[in-house]
Formats: sequence, structure tokens, C-alpha cells
Amino acid sequence: MNPKLLLDQAQIDRAREAASQIAHGVDSYIKNRSTIAVERTVLRLLGIDGVDAEYVPLPNVVVEHLLEQNVLDIGVTKWMINAVVQLKLTPQEVAERVANGSFRLTDLPWIDENQLIAEGEKWARTSLDHIQNVRQKRTALIRRLGEGKAPQLYVIVATGDIYEDAIQGKSAARQGADIVAVIRSTGQSLIDYVPYGATREGFGGTYATQENFRIMRQALDEVGEEVGRYIHLCNYCSGLCMPEIAAMGALERLDMMLNDALYGILFRDINMQRTLIDQSFSRMINSYAGIVINTGEDNYLTTADAVEAAHTVLASQFINEQLALLSGLPPRQMGLGHAFEINPNLENGFLMELAQAQMSRQIFPEAPLKYMPPTKHMTGNIFKGHIQDALFNMVSIITGQGIQLLGMMTEAMHTPHIQDRQLAVENAKYIFNNVRNLSDEITFKQDGLIEKRAQDVLAKAVEMLEEVKEIGLFQTLERGMLADVKRALTGGKGLHGVFVKNAYYFNPLEDALRERLGLKRRGDSS
Amino acid sequence: MSIDLSRVKPYGDTLNDGAIQFSFSLPVPSGDEAKEAAKQLTAQMGIVEPQVYHMKDLGEGYTFFIVYGKCEHTVDFSNIRVPKVESSVMNFYEINAFIREKIGRKLVVLGACTGTDAHTVGIDAIMNMKGYNFEYGLERYPEIDAYNLGSQVENETMVAKAIEMDADVLLVSQVVTQKGVHITNLTELVEIVEAEGIRERLILICGGPRINHELALELGYDAGFGPGTLAPGVASYFVEEIYKRIQQQK
Repeated sequence: MNPKLLLDQAQIDRAREAASQIAHGVDSYIKNRSTIAVERTVLRLLGIDGVDAEYVPLPNVVVEHLLEQNVLDIGVTKWMINAVVQLKLTPQEVAERVANGSFRLTDLPWIDENQLIAEGEKWARTSLDHIQNVRQKRTALIRRLGEGKAPQLYVIVATGDIYEDAIQGKSAARQGADIVAVIRSTGQSLIDYVPYGATREGFGGTYATQENFRIMRQALDEVGEEVGRYIHLCNYCSGLCMPEIAAMGALERLDMMLNDALYGILFRDINMQRTLIDQSFSRMINSYAGIVINTGEDNYLTTADAVEAAHTVLASQFINEQLALLSGLPPRQMGLGHAFEINPNLENGFLMELAQAQMSRQIFPEAPLKYMPPTKHMTGNIFKGHIQDALFNMVSIITGQGIQLLGMMTEAMHTPHIQDRQLAVENAKYIFNNVRNLSDEITFKQDGLIEKRAQDVLAKAVEMLEEVKEIGLFQTLERGMLADVKRALTGGKGLHGVFVKNAYYFNPLEDALRERLGLKRRGDSS
Repeated sequence: MSIDLSRVKPYGDTLNDGAIQFSFSLPVPSGDEAKEAAKQLTAQMGIVEPQVYHMKDLGEGYTFFIVYGKCEHTVDFSNIRVPKVESSVMNFYEINAFIREKIGRKLVVLGACTGTDAHTVGIDAIMNMKGYNFEYGLERYPEIDAYNLGSQVENETMVAKAIEMDADVLLVSQVVTQKGVHITNLTELVEIVEAEGIRERLILICGGPRINHELALELGYDAGFGPGTLAPGVASYFVEEIYKRIQQQK
């Protein structure tokens, strides 16, 4: 696509350079640290699943077991592999023994270090080979069935009951949805374990569990065959269990994951160190699994004003892009977020929305941008809301967005009813079809309102990123420069789960992911 | 024709035509039987001549309908009494002047989304400096010390904060209402406040899309505000209420 808005490439380069330095600053801080969630993820990738008698997930049991004995600083892997080799058991069987209290991982003598490393690497290879198979299965299915044209229609189901979700998801797919996301139960992002099994009770959504992933995947595969279109499944791995949920998604062939530390820090008050470490690992998993991540910049506009804070969205997209690259995530898997949230009473608000969306498109040409619908200014007047959503759809098709989170006329009222979703799909399909090639026919007026607005937002974003570069991301968050929300380096939830790695720390999954993703190994001391 | 307020009916284009619209889905497959089911259902609701103007197959054995008809029911408007917040709404300057002149000290207001609720749009609109729709939030009020505790605040935490800050007013926002969780949450806060023996010292206010004044009173709150409420509406109420209580104590 030819660039339509005249944007200063030198400014874009400056922004990217600043964002890259910001991302490296974060990376150099987190590289010597791991978290209990990262370690639990390693256990899950080694094949550990299930719960103990008190319904505590086995990965938590094992990690807590080592934490209590103050020996987690070398990571969980060596302890686990040591037991696996000597007891000739699978990791699952070892975890079960730990859970029933019959033995402690620390009771066994160490086997030879080289053997330990080699065994760990072998287990990691097996695990990643499995994820690769899952990924290949997706590729084959998409090749055979095809998939929806961009902007792909993304709808949410949120009944609280996974079996209802499956019905609603299938119904949505038949009506034309390309992506079905199961919203999590309110508060799941703040619990430090992943619930187990199929769940039928939730508030404002349904728990993300591996079994729920499986149920939903199967339902969408079934309906995908019928409608002749691969239906993408999306869930949410922001929060305290970010890498674990990413791993579960990789195993159960999810296609898309909300995966944004900044969102958790700002809107869920999760400790920044914890979630940035978790994010780094989770994005490697998502990258390797071929999962498209979604970032949450759209949320900034629910607290800050969409006109005034537009540049913070762009700045955050730049930072998220650079952080993602450090985890080996290619641009085609970066669903960078933004939103249609300008006050509808503002004169020419539509022009500004167009400017923002077109600018993002040009600056991140390969990224399947995730475009979020109006929420803040939805009122309960469903008739007007339907029109607001129509304008949102117009902007999207004109500017070639990748992922269209469909607006519901009942936004701000209740979680969508079955017909709300159908009407939203109908709205989007009508507009996308009716206006499909409009953007090929129009250019933006040079120095017009739209172009100037985009240039203005870009200039402000550059300014902001260069300021952030000077003080680092942590300080930026402490000062409340994003979304008007202030967060402390040692505040928020989950800090207790962060630990500094010992010189003998070993995480073969991360090492293997880095190798397969073509990332440099992040030396422990440099 | 004059309107009989004791027998009010919906209005389309002619008085007492009863014109009313419905949209809903039924868990039945689309078809003539589904259409008939939609008609019979609306008929049972007291609708005459129900017309199914739109029927759409939603898949999975579900069908969506848009139905119009004529409502036979009437309401007696002349006898309706609804409990309301009885304050007139002052503006930003008037509210601050009122506090300065009539109360004579700064007021401490705490706001939060309690329980598992993470939707802060409402409480932010009331509390945050910038406010909403060009109307400043309470943080901007020079005569109010406003503290937005944010989302997912435990009721215990909020009450502890209230005691610590010697708060005058607690604002509780509840957006998520699935399975009645807002009722449980709001009730629990009142119980804790009462257990702590500070109910009399506080003005308890709740707000949210499914909250109204009547529900708030039932749950033991002093006032409730629904969607569209802005900071001046809430502040006008509590400054007058505080003033009233001061007068009563004299």
C-alpha cells in the first residue's frame, strides 16, 4: 500500500531508536531475574498438569516446595530433572510425589552437572517439538480451510460457563466471526495460579484453564469445518500467570493472546518487575507457537482523553514493538492495540480517528493492528451505539486494520447477548463489503486536517519516547506518564514472586526458545 | 384527545395506539414455528397484533426476532412516587463555595471499585482530575480531598482506609453485575461499616450502570446514582447532606 499520509520518516526512525533503547534498558534489568510464574511455566512445558488434594495446581506445589526451602534461585529445572533421572519417573510423576508429601526434591544427591544439563535440554527439545507440531497443524488447517479477510472479525464470549461459551462461539462463527475470544473471569489476572479443569461459574467471563482451552478449541474446529473457514481462538495471558497461560495456549493451539505487561501494570496494579520478566518469556512462547499477540494500548484511552493522549498510544506501540522484537516475535505476530474512543460530540472527531488509524497502519506496516471499538462513550442508547460502531468499522476498512474487535451496541450495559453479536457482525460485514476498496480510490489532502493531526501525534510521541529513553520505562511508570496512572517499582501485586538468578540458574526452555527464535543468549553477567 | 394519566400506554404515532417494539432471541431453530413462537410469546406479554418484522437464524438452534405490536397494559402515572436524591445540582464553584462557607472544612472523599470489579470508567469519571465530558472530577475540587483507590479494592481495605483518613464520604462503583455480584459486594461493605461502628459518621454512596437510588436505599446506602451522573451531581448531594447532618446535631 502506498503511504497516504505524509509522515516524516526521520521522526519515525527517531521514535523507533528511542523505543529500542527503552526496551534494552528493561531487558538489561530483567535478564538476571526470574519469577515463580516463569518456573511454573517450565514445569508445564515439561508436561506437568493437574492439581493436588486441595486443588492447588501441581506446578504451584513444586515451585512453592522449592521456595519454602529457599532453593529456587537456580530455577526449578535442575531439581526436577535430577529427580526424573534418578527415580526414572516422568516430571508429572515426580510432581505427584512431591504433592502427596512422600519426598522432597532436595533429598536426592545431585547427578553429574553435564548430564543434568543434557537431560534438561533433551526435555526442552521434546517440549518445543510438540509446540512446533501444534503450530504446523494450525498452518495445515488454515491452508486447507482458509481464513477470514482482514480486518478479521473478532468477537467476545463471556458467559462464565465454558459450555455456553462454546455454543456462543460456534454461533458467532456461523454468523461470520473470524476470531472468538473468551473473556476471563474478572480478577483472574490477579490470582497467582491457573485454575484447573472445565469451569461453569465466572464473573464477567470464564476462567482460562487448559481444559477450557481444549473445549473451546474443539468447538471452533468443528464449526470451522462446517463454515469452511479456520476460526481463530483468543484468550488473555496478561496478569500474574502470563507465561503459564501462554504455554497452555501454545499446547492447545490458541491463535491469539492478549499479552501486555504495560496493561497489567497500569490497569491491574501488577508489579512492573514481575510482569515485564513474565512478559519476556511469554512472548518467546507465543512467538514460537505462531500466536499473534494483542497489546492493550486501547485501554489508555479509557482513563485518559483520546484526543489529548493519542500520542501515548503511539509511543506505547513503539515500546511494545521493541520489547516484542527482543522476545523474537516477528512483526506479523504483533497485534498492536489502539481504539476508537474520541468523544462522539467532538466536531470532526471521525477525522482524528481516521488520522490515528492510518498513521498506525503506515508506521507498523506488517503488524496486524488490533483496533478496539468505542466503549467509553457508549451510553445504553443502543441505536446510537450501533451507529458509533458503524463509524468505527468505516475507519477500519479505510485504513486496513488487521483485527477488528467488534463493537457491541450493548457495550456499557451487559456482556453481549447472542443477538448483539450477530448484529455487530452484520454491521461490520455490510460496511467492509460495501466500502472494500474505497481506500484505493482516495488520498488525504496534503496539509489537511487529517494529515496535520497525524503529524502532530507523531511529533508528540517522538518527544515522549525521547523523554522516556532518558529516564527509563520504570521511572516513566512511576511518574504516571502513561494513562495518567502512577505505579511504583516495588508496588503492586506479585513482587514476592520475583527472584535474582543464581550463577547456576538453568532454564533449558528459554535457552532452546532463544536458539530456535534466533535470539542471542542473554549472558548472565554482561 | 386528552391524556388520561391514570391509564398510560406506549405511544407510536397516535395516542393510546400502544405501539411497542421487542427484540429478543429464542433457543429454537429459525422457521415458521419459530416465528409463531415469537408471536405467541409477545401475545402472552399482553401484546395484540404482534408482527414479526425480522427473523434471523443465529445458528446452533437459536433465532433472533424483531417484533412490533400493540400493548394492552396501562400504568397509572398519576400515582407513581419514586425516591430520589433531593438535592439541586450545583456547579463546581458553587459546591466549593458551599463547603467553604457552610461546612468550613475540607471534606475527605474515598472512591473505589470494590470486590473483583476492575471497571474503573465510572469511578474515574467522578473522581479523576480531568473528570468526564468537560466536567472536572472531585480531585480537582479545592475543598475536597479526593482519593481514588482504584479497582478491585477489598471492602475491608476500603473501610480501613476510611478510618485511617477519617473520611466523610465513600463512593463505591459497581459495574459488573453478573449473577448479582454487585449486590453481594455492596451489602458486605455496609455490614463492615456497621460492624466497625462508623456508619453514622459516613455518607455511603454507590453508583453504576445498574444502580439507582431506590436500590441504594434498600441496600443501606444513603444514595445511589445511575449512568450519566457526573461529579457535580454526586458532590451536590453529599455537601448538602453533610450540612443537614451538622444542622441536626446543633
